Amino acid sequence: MKLDNRELIAKKIAEELQDGEVVNLGVGIPTLVAKYIENHNVYLQTENGLIGMGPPPAEENIDIDLIDAGKTPVTITPEASFFDSAFSFGMIRGGHVDVAVLGTLEVDCYGEIANWAVPNQPILGVGGAMDLVAGAKKVIVASTLFTKDGSPKLVKKLTLDSSGERKVDQFVTEYANFMFQDGEVIVKDIYGSLSFEELEEKIGFPLKFKITK
Amino acid sequence: MKKLRKPEELSILFEDSMRLLVGGFGISGTPLTVLDALAKFEAGNYEVVSNNLGDNGKGLHKVFMAGKIDKAIGSFFTINKEAIEAWSKGELEIELLPQGTLAEAIRCGGAGIGGFYTPTALGTKLAEGKEVREIDGVRYLFEKAIKGDIALIKADKADKAGNLVYHSTARNFNPMMATAAKIVIAEVDEIVEIGEFSPEEIVTPHIYVDYIVESKYVKQGGSYIETR
Repeated sequence: MKLDNRELIAKKIAEELQDGEVVNLGVGIPTLVAKYIENHNVYLQTENGLIGMGPPPAEENIDIDLIDAGKTPVTITPEASFFDSAFSFGMIRGGHVDVAVLGTLEVDCYGEIANWAVPNQPILGVGGAMDLVAGAKKVIVASTLFTKDGSPKLVKKLTLDSSGERKVDQFVTEYANFMFQDGEVIVKDIYGSLSFEELEEKIGFPLKFKITK
Repeated sequence: MKKLRKPEELSILFEDSMRLLVGGFGISGTPLTVLDALAKFEAGNYEVVSNNLGDNGKGLHKVFMAGKIDKAIGSFFTINKEAIEAWSKGELEIELLPQGTLAEAIRCGGAGIGGFYTPTALGTKLAEGKEVREIDGVRYLFEKAIKGDIALIKADKADKAGNLVYHSTARNFNPMMATAAKIVIAEVDEIVEIGEFSPEEIVTPHIYVDYIVESKYVKQGGSYIETR
């Protein structure tokens, strides 16, 4: 079965996760990652106050007070625990969450991201995005590489509002997995329909190629 | 039971321009019954501290639609279309804080701490005008603690002394808010005898709770239904 772009990104990210890691999945493509980590033993944290998030419940078992950060009903795993919001963000900022998987609008060549302020709309929501950017030990960004009008989300310099000084570790797209080193974008892995040269041309600035597997 | 009140009996507590701390994430863990009553009380011009302004026409949404909120401090108002509209017309002031900063500010407010340094939001628009300080080689942003006049919180159960236990992710901001206001009103689904909770499971000790209100809402499938 051929995966659509969103599913492919989710699957690639699931492959990056290690056994025993504490992982926070953002809304959108990051949520899909959960479907592909069945063979791993990772602990899913959700910032509204739960560690040990399980798969979605059957319709008849929905409890709307048992939800993820996107307000979708979830279940709990046997070792799960609940806590308040201050404790939860203490867990995030305190470096107790190994990986945050976040959506994005833009990533610059240093790995700084803009993922909260939607263009041409009043900025009235940030949620936990900035806390996760600042606090998680490792940040993996999950997004399609191009916007609907075809412009790359990987840019030399952010044009949208930054989510924080902290740089992300990886940017996983449907074409390639990018890493960042002192302003250089390193292609870690290519698996889509575009070659390295085609990616470089479409992104519009030089990339480095280094398979690290 | 000396702390138990009917929602309408609470009106004497509220005065114009008070700062209210209101629990909930979306509307999970929101004191829906107390907020229904608040929307009808005479007082108004409130400054509200809450993650968002209700959802799906419930909770703080009703208080806002009744014209009683002048300012909202929270992390996610994107879902509150009417509030965004009011903000763009200059009818509502909004102060946006990252969710973890909001939670920690309230925790500090209730714990006798004046403020705190956090790495969150450094280098963003939300850091504008705020002090930056380097501690052991790491840069942090200063955020002030938040306290309120009245906290309106939601718990699962109270015992007759006012000890509270919470249900799953409906806990969210409620335990901190219970510590950070002069008056605390807790809406609960059930009231039990003293001694039914193990002391280990109590999250909010009774000393923080001034008034208890029984919720009129029950959960049915995917929503909260008003029943009683």
